[in-house]
Amino acid sequence: MIYLKLLLTFFKIGAFTIGGGYAMLPFIEQEVTKNAWVSEAELIDFVAVSESTPGPFAINIATFIGMKTAGILGAVCTTLGVVLPSFIIILIVACFLKKFRENKAVKGGLTGLKPAVPGLIAAAIISIATAVLAPDGFSLEVFKSAAFYYSIAIFGVGVVMCFKKLHPIWVVCVSAVLGIACGFIF
Amino acid sequence: MKKLLELFLIFLKIGAFTFGGGYAMIPLIQKEAAEKKGWIKKEDILEIVAVAESTPGPIAINAATLIGFRHAGFFGAFFATLGVVLPSFVIIVALTFIFEAFKNNRVVAYAFAGIRAGVLALLIHALYTMFKQTQKNAFSYIIMGAAFIAVAVFKVNILFVVIGAAVLGLVYSFMVQRRAKK
Repeated sequence: MIYLKLLLTFFKIGAFTIGGGYAMLPFIEQEVTKNAWVSEAELIDFVAVSESTPGPFAINIATFIGMKTAGILGAVCTTLGVVLPSFIIILIVACFLKKFRENKAVKGGLTGLKPAVPGLIAAAIISIATAVLAPDGFSLEVFKSAAFYYSIAIFGVGVVMCFKKLHPIWVVCVSAVLGIACGFIF
Repeated sequence: MKKLLELFLIFLKIGAFTFGGGYAMIPLIQKEAAEKKGWIKKEDILEIVAVAESTPGPIAINAATLIGFRHAGFFGAFFATLGVVLPSFVIIVALTFIFEAFKNNRVVAYAFAGIRAGVLALLIHALYTMFKQTQKNAFSYIIMGAAFIAVAVFKVNILFVVIGAAVLGLVYSFMVQRRAKK
């Protein structure tokens, strides 16, 4: 039953990621590739789309994966799945907010969870980078393709733009234009 | 009833007009919910952000649920959350159809080849920002490195990594407290 599986998977993702959108990406990537719901390339494309459309990143990605895997009902399941844990947990926390913030167990758990997030994102970046730079797997052939080099160049431009604090939408737009230009030239 | 409709509409607006989610929403939440409506006090914003950050799930959803709940109880939480989710959902469902239709177009394919490299840059930047925000001590670095190796090299399920990190954090902070008492 695909709908139930989507709902439960995204419920799990929603319940076990702290720190929002990008922190969810490693988890989503692992689940999506394991179940072969969308390809790695599609996932990356949709990270870009999510950055360039309004709304929370996590909801955009969840809706997209549900939609691609099982249509509108699938999208309802993934979105509901990712929202539900938040909703339930916040309702519980809101009832005793002060206690929650000063709770030693919560604080202790967060001491371990917070530094784990960059580690997980770094791991996701490795597999995403492999999919971007060497879509057919790493071999000497990779270094012969023009796409490899201009991808690195576009990546470089993107990094500079990010650190100049330009909005992600601009990074997406500029990379798109450069991608089209390079595609026609090479 | 009017309260609920108001909550729903305000969060619909917040959901429809912020790009990038969570943190990008906070200034808008501040303007709409604190300054214009006075639902929450300005100094409460920081607390709301702190709770939204330290509970599981998307920050935007956590913040919306929390503000809705404080202002109008369970149904307030429900309508605020629905409001913040709905624009995303509708836009993405529509986009998926467009996306499929243009997938095989040559220009679109080239554009996405470029965009993928750009996204990699966005991810590196997100990683850098998060790295800067973590505490600079040996324990943090060990957890960070262990989480990375567990997933990148050993392909451990992230669920276990998350649970493991929380448990280690718990053990570590109790040990620190004990030592401080002595």
